Amino acid sequence: MGWAFRRKKNIPGGLWDKCPKCAAMLQKRQLEESGGVCPQCGHHGRIGAARRIGVMLDAGSFVEIATDLKTSDPLEFAGYSGTIERSKKRSNVDEAAIVGHGRIEEMPVAFGTLDFHFVGGSMGIVVGDRIRAAAEHAFENETPLVLVSTSGGARMHEGALSLMQMAKTSAAIARLGETGLPYISILADPCTGGVIASFAALGDVILAEPGALIGFAGPRVIRTTIGTQLPEGFQTSEFLLEHGFIDRIVPRPTLKAEVAAILRNLMAGRERAAG
Amino acid sequence: MADRKEPRIGLPFERPIVELELKIGELQSLSESTGMNLNGELKPLKKKLERMTRDIYAKLEPYDVVQVARHPLRPQTSDYIAGMLDEYIELHGDRRFGDDRAITTGLARMRKHRFLLVGHRKGKETKENIACNWGCAHPEGYRKALLKMRLAERFKLPIVTFINTPGAYPGLGAEERGQAWAIAENIQVMSRLKTPVICVVIGEGGSGGALGIGVGDRVLMLQYAYYSVISPEGCAAILWKDGDKAPEAAGALRLTSADLKRLKIVDEVVPEPLGGAHRDSEAMIAMLQERLVALLDELGGISVETLVDQRYERLSQLGSA
Repeated sequence: MGWAFRRKKNIPGGLWDKCPKCAAMLQKRQLEESGGVCPQCGHHGRIGAARRIGVMLDAGSFVEIATDLKTSDPLEFAGYSGTIERSKKRSNVDEAAIVGHGRIEEMPVAFGTLDFHFVGGSMGIVVGDRIRAAAEHAFENETPLVLVSTSGGARMHEGALSLMQMAKTSAAIARLGETGLPYISILADPCTGGVIASFAALGDVILAEPGALIGFAGPRVIRTTIGTQLPEGFQTSEFLLEHGFIDRIVPRPTLKAEVAAILRNLMAGRERAAG
Repeated sequence: MADRKEPRIGLPFERPIVELELKIGELQSLSESTGMNLNGELKPLKKKLERMTRDIYAKLEPYDVVQVARHPLRPQTSDYIAGMLDEYIELHGDRRFGDDRAITTGLARMRKHRFLLVGHRKGKETKENIACNWGCAHPEGYRKALLKMRLAERFKLPIVTFINTPGAYPGLGAEERGQAWAIAENIQVMSRLKTPVICVVIGEGGSGGALGIGVGDRVLMLQYAYYSVISPEGCAAILWKDGDKAPEAAGALRLTSADLKRLKIVDEVVPEPLGGAHRDSEAMIAMLQERLVALLDELGGISVETLVDQRYERLSQLGSA
């Protein structure tokens, strides 16, 4: 579960997945090895939290924190509890953010990832609290913070409380920034709305996977507002690199090594000062 | 009563009120032009009007509140500037791209207090509406606000923000110039500003566009303002694929001042004159002015270190526990 690659229904056993971009039939095992990247066309499929942790952290190093935080329904929003239950079954996570600590090429980091399969990776109170917990873990343990964001934005079902998580997470990032500890923000497809308009945009270094949809407003909203089609490649990682809003586009297979290299550079001054 | 010469723009649920107001207005002008004493007729009508207004406004549905918040005659940032400040020196431009008219920033004096004012501006008539983009700011608007807020911090001036926007503008230029980045940076910087910050939702509190000037030590909300993660129309379109279900969505989103107070997102609800701020701008402005003076006094007595710590605590607790 958790693959964005659609399984072809008439093939028994679920051994095959179909790339949504080039329609190549791929063996599941192949996709496991490539971290969800299509070996034929390079399309970066959406991957869940467990796979993302596997891609980013040293094997077996991840320790989850803030697991006691549970989704509530503060507005008693129609249908919300059902949405949560279905999402739990579909995604194998209990909320749209999984946070903790682990190692990247031996370096201790606070780490968090959103999971798009859980209510579209949307940020409600638990996501806000977990991102804050990750930032505070970095603050208290004097480690860098690495977050992977993929989200449709704030979670409508928790109303203005979701909106306030933008402020909560941004404040925690600001506080961490004052200590001189680096925060690397990694943007994966898609990353829009209240998540990119808060902590995801606030990385000291911002990396994006190739071809990700990244923007404040969703393409449909913009199309409706301006009444015309959007230009080719609008709101992609490549568009944002061109306009100066992200530092680098990094394919998933080299992401971990790049993050490690960047962190070694950013932490060098601090270690020199300490040593 | 507000400007009687303005054509009354009636909301559907207000129709009986507006009809009675017109009748009273006619009788009054008749009395003035003919010298006839119509007090005997007017007095009971005025009493009836007050009772009717009170009854109707006591039963407003959430979507009615949204309509009141959007009322074209509702006092806006420019009215508060004109009505409550003794001095306002507008400061333009973000020194990077341009001067977004959807947000005004300037040095303000109100009685003994001096502060930086930041406010969304919607415009009063069509030409001005267009210039202000109906209060939907672009990134340069948020960056102008940020630049001036940093100025205020350097010179130890408190900051007061007036929030009144349907949302940050969702367009091509806004995306090209980093709307998300502009809002994120404002939120982040405001959460740590070493000066008192008071935010007031005076009309529409439209999502990230509102929060982009909405992080502070005290958040106030006028009684019939609304504050929401998404417009009721947008929510209905996503959830039920039907924009006509906006009234249901408005209820589900809990976007009224009473809801937001209960959820501890706003600290204080500022009551509006009977029948809403658009019926009596002057009274509304006076009422808010009193609260702002009191709060500026109060926050001025707290050290900035304490303020910043308390602000962090306040934000950390939103929605938790």
